[in-house]
Amino acid sequence: MSMPTLKLSGLEPLIITKESNFVNIGERTNVTGSRKFLRLIKEGDFDAALSVARDQVEGGAQIIDINMDEGMIDGKEAMVKFLNLIASEPDICRVPIMIDSSKWEIIEAGLKCLQGKGVVNSISLKEGEENFINQATIIKRYGAAVIVMAFDEDGQADSYERRIEICERSYNILVDQVNFSKNDIIFDPNIFPVATGMDEHNNNAQDFFNATKWIRTNLDGAHVSGGVSNVSFSFRGNNVVREAMHSAFLYHAIQNGMDMGIVNPTMLEVYSDINQTLLNHVEDVLLNRRPDATERLLDYAQTVKGDRKKREVDLSWRENTVQKRLEYSLVKGITDFIDEDVEVCRKEYDRPIQVIEGPLMDGMNVVGDLFGSGKMFLPQVVKSARVMKKAVAYLLPYIESEKGGEFKFSGKVLMATVKGDVHDIGKNIVSVVLGCNNYEIIDLGVMVPPEKIIKSAIDENVDIIGLSGLITPSLDEMVHVAKEMQIAGLKIPLLIGGATTSRVHTAVKIEEHYTNDSVVHVLDASRSVTVAESLLGSKKIDFTNKLREEYSKLRENHKKHQKAKILIPIASARKNKLSLDFSTDEIKKPKKLGITSYIDFPLKKIVDYIDWTPFFQTWELHGRFPKILQDEVVGKEAKKLFSDAKEMLNKIMEEKWLTSKVVIGLFPANSVGDDIEIYDPEDQNKCIHIQRTLRQQTKKAPGQANFALSDFIAPKESGIKDYIGSFVVTSGIGLDEIVAKFESDHDDYNSILLKALADRLAEALAEYMHEHVRKELWGYSSNENLDNKELIKEKYQGIRPAPGYPACPDHQEKIGLFNLLNATDITGVTLTESLAMLPVSSVSGWYFSHPKSKYFGLGKIAKDQFLDLANRKDQNAASIKRWYSSILIE
Amino acid sequence: MEEIFKVLKKRILVLDGAMGTMIQRYSLEEEDFRGSFFNHHHKPLKGNNDLLSITRPDIIKAIHKEYFDAGADIVETNTFSGTTIAQADYDLESAVYEINFESAKIAKEVARQYTDKPRFVAGSIGPTNRTASISPDVNDPGYRAVTFDELVIAYDQQVDALIKGGVDILLVETVFDTLNAKAALFAIDSYFDTNKIKIPIMVSGTITDQSGRTLTGQTTEAFLISLSHLDLLSIGLNCALGASMMRPYLQVLNSKSSFHTSAHPNAGLPNEFGEYEETPELMANQIKTFFEEGLVNIIGGCCGTTPDHIKAIADLAKNYKPRELVISD
Repeated sequence: MSMPTLKLSGLEPLIITKESNFVNIGERTNVTGSRKFLRLIKEGDFDAALSVARDQVEGGAQIIDINMDEGMIDGKEAMVKFLNLIASEPDICRVPIMIDSSKWEIIEAGLKCLQGKGVVNSISLKEGEENFINQATIIKRYGAAVIVMAFDEDGQADSYERRIEICERSYNILVDQVNFSKNDIIFDPNIFPVATGMDEHNNNAQDFFNATKWIRTNLDGAHVSGGVSNVSFSFRGNNVVREAMHSAFLYHAIQNGMDMGIVNPTMLEVYSDINQTLLNHVEDVLLNRRPDATERLLDYAQTVKGDRKKREVDLSWRENTVQKRLEYSLVKGITDFIDEDVEVCRKEYDRPIQVIEGPLMDGMNVVGDLFGSGKMFLPQVVKSARVMKKAVAYLLPYIESEKGGEFKFSGKVLMATVKGDVHDIGKNIVSVVLGCNNYEIIDLGVMVPPEKIIKSAIDENVDIIGLSGLITPSLDEMVHVAKEMQIAGLKIPLLIGGATTSRVHTAVKIEEHYTNDSVVHVLDASRSVTVAESLLGSKKIDFTNKLREEYSKLRENHKKHQKAKILIPIASARKNKLSLDFSTDEIKKPKKLGITSYIDFPLKKIVDYIDWTPFFQTWELHGRFPKILQDEVVGKEAKKLFSDAKEMLNKIMEEKWLTSKVVIGLFPANSVGDDIEIYDPEDQNKCIHIQRTLRQQTKKAPGQANFALSDFIAPKESGIKDYIGSFVVTSGIGLDEIVAKFESDHDDYNSILLKALADRLAEALAEYMHEHVRKELWGYSSNENLDNKELIKEKYQGIRPAPGYPACPDHQEKIGLFNLLNATDITGVTLTESLAMLPVSSVSGWYFSHPKSKYFGLGKIAKDQFLDLANRKDQNAASIKRWYSSILIE
Repeated sequence: MEEIFKVLKKRILVLDGAMGTMIQRYSLEEEDFRGSFFNHHHKPLKGNNDLLSITRPDIIKAIHKEYFDAGADIVETNTFSGTTIAQADYDLESAVYEINFESAKIAKEVARQYTDKPRFVAGSIGPTNRTASISPDVNDPGYRAVTFDELVIAYDQQVDALIKGGVDILLVETVFDTLNAKAALFAIDSYFDTNKIKIPIMVSGTITDQSGRTLTGQTTEAFLISLSHLDLLSIGLNCALGASMMRPYLQVLNSKSSFHTSAHPNAGLPNEFGEYEETPELMANQIKTFFEEGLVNIIGGCCGTTPDHIKAIADLAKNYKPRELVISD
């Protein structure tokens, strides 16, 4: 006899062997058994229905049984919808699914939704052999196991003999004729009520036990299952007795070989906890041990009528000491009890400052350790910080009112986004993370000039200065700050961070200008704590020596690499330009030339255009959306964050937190060399703006062109009329006010969340408008029909490069773009001195429509092109050089 | 097809390497893809590699020949996207029969030229570009871009043409959604049943990252269990990962699968330009550990592998015994 191993799967395997414990099948997702579930399905509240399934899995169900057999609902549709939804919930669909229906069409529809190996519940010989064979053959083809009811043409088996007769016949047909795997056969030999008062029911349980034993002994490989609650049917309303009956029944059934079953775990007493007298009475009935067993149990039942155990919200953590409670609140990010608990502590300790130094810092250390070891993620830490800030804010008046109350931080860190730059999400996250680790933060905000940084550093006597920035001109500004710090004679470590910063840039461009102390590039917020600790601790010398060595190696490599990079003369690059076909069928005249603007464009329309992946990156949760929601490591946090984000999005829309504005211009245009001449729509001979573009100068493989954006526009000498578009969109109007509200409430989490969302909305607005231009305003792909995923993958025709990004790193071109569109007047978006857009959640760029236009990276340019550009712009090369320092090789 | 079972008992069989990588070497243009057959088609066809079996059979045959010469026992037909679902991108649903029939036919023609040892042709059945168990729309997780029934119809057509074209084996490969593969197996089993025919079936899944799971979230073992209901020739893994990263998941299949196992990994992971850089030597060296541990019965290459890779692997495979089958419980 082989090992009866039943292998099932959801996202994970479930392997049931002879040694396995009893397999618990969840039964609450069953409309015939749960009134609540039926109501949820009837009302179409599938979210709540999913929670029922999730609760079961979390409660220990190893398989979940799903049944939609109800006259008032379309069972097939409900089954398919629910299974499809479950497939998107990895914490549910990790277990195998049991499709439970008496209707074959529902079973088959369900099987078509399962990627794992599930179980069909059930088939039988009720309608004859032919039907049985057909159904089993198809189930096999879908790759599922099957429950076979002890039922045949003559009806349901109600005795031991009938049970084994039908099961044996079914088994032989399945194995011999259908070639069904023996291990995939599960029998349900009918659990019937006992103690009904009818004598013929007295042996029901005993017959089940015996039949189970017979099946497990004689039908090689087969398993036994059943619905347990049936047995106690006659004691409805008396849960004490029912729970005892269920567990006693299970105890004996398992002894006889039943290896899985549909059981409500909340209706189950622990066998050894059953009152001995009650157990005796129950077992007398189940095992049919004495003729008066039923009467005796009925009599006894009168005395133990009790209520079902109630489930409570788990507030047991509130019973711990106040210190533990504070730790719990900090780790879980719960603000509900913080004032109450801090007040208790304040009274317990001599001085209010000791509450911070003691239990609050202890709790934050736990948070810091969990974060450091990868057991907590950034969104959780930011929530912890919110709790901490609330606690400190509560204590502050008490601390201030007492003399000499001063708290010792591990260090004082000055944080600033450099002059000309307005991006501060990353800086704020670093501040929060450092704040959580007992550093005092002096946050100077955005657009901070060097003199202010230096003055504050001296006045506040800080231990570390952290600079942040996003746009490329900020890289140069950081170099400038470093130089100024050197001149001012500061001896304070300098941290560099932000999306465009890099180790190489820090090593090559910044470090050599500031030799008074260390310069460290910090890749992301999670590294900031270790870096700060290394810089302020006893191992500083080791750390900085190693760093110096590493950076000097980086510099050497960089130099070698620079030399190896071959740039060709700009004249040669121009000869190797991309020559496109500008025949008239490739060019479409825009339906609406000139300027179009939308003031207060409804955000509702653009929500579906959000690309969520970068949103999660902001929070240092890495992975592609939506897959990240199912990620094994960060999925749970990502999901929470996503649900917070969606909730906030609703508020943004309902309460009109943010206003969006759009200006779009479509113009006649032609290229002249590397420039694009833009003409007045009213008078096509009048050039109203010249857009300068830069050309790739790297040496290309044969057949590969040196691109410039101007290549995508028809040359003037061709005589063909071509067109170009430009745009500025913002969704950040109103942002500052709401952010200020959150910050005054010490709520960094929501402040960062809102900023990150505003950025996403601006990108979504740009995506939406690009589509609107393609399909309507310009109308060159009016038949396009792409979903959001395809939009994110840029599957559309044409491009919308933005100044400051790889295809046109020249930020200066933004000035002309803004003038051309009168963008500041229309949208309120302004440019800072580093040409960052304000409000920060704004996007600008150009539209190119040629089917062959594509995004490319400009790479580095040589001096010849730079001088030529300065000449074309009629500007002094020396005075504009700093704008090109990140791309210019001299 | 007793033959392949016999050969598998004796030695490790070698599958061919990448088709796409080899086609790229020819720097083909739109005209090559169109040929005279699709001259007037309204959509660009460049990149629709499966069409080349019809429009440039000379190239496809030359690639099959290179792989056979390198020592491959099995070559895959050029039909990875040969379903109506995948071809819908090009509005070429109508070409599906031709693609599969011609691809099978020309691969067999090349195979017949060899008499030194048995050479087999496996009909490549790709995953299509849609997933049956995930919604493409995040806001509507209950939505499906393709249904099980649609997949079954599409796979049935592909299987029919491949078999009529003469393939020896069916290879359901690069399975990222097990439900798609279940639909393929459903179609195959029904086809066998209706047409009273049976040829060996290989299944190969793809573990997309180091979490060890398929795109749709299944662990390797769950994947194996979900597709074990037909009598397969082999189950294995391909694509996504390089050989060394694939090893832990092959070990799972090795210990749990009662079928033969197969592996056709990529030539390492793509670099930032999307190119595969692992040399034949480097790859063979990693595959050597598969052989030493007795993990595989069938070995080959996926993205980025070339006849040089296959030769290096085939030369090595000769020195090792095939994996022994575990007895199913």
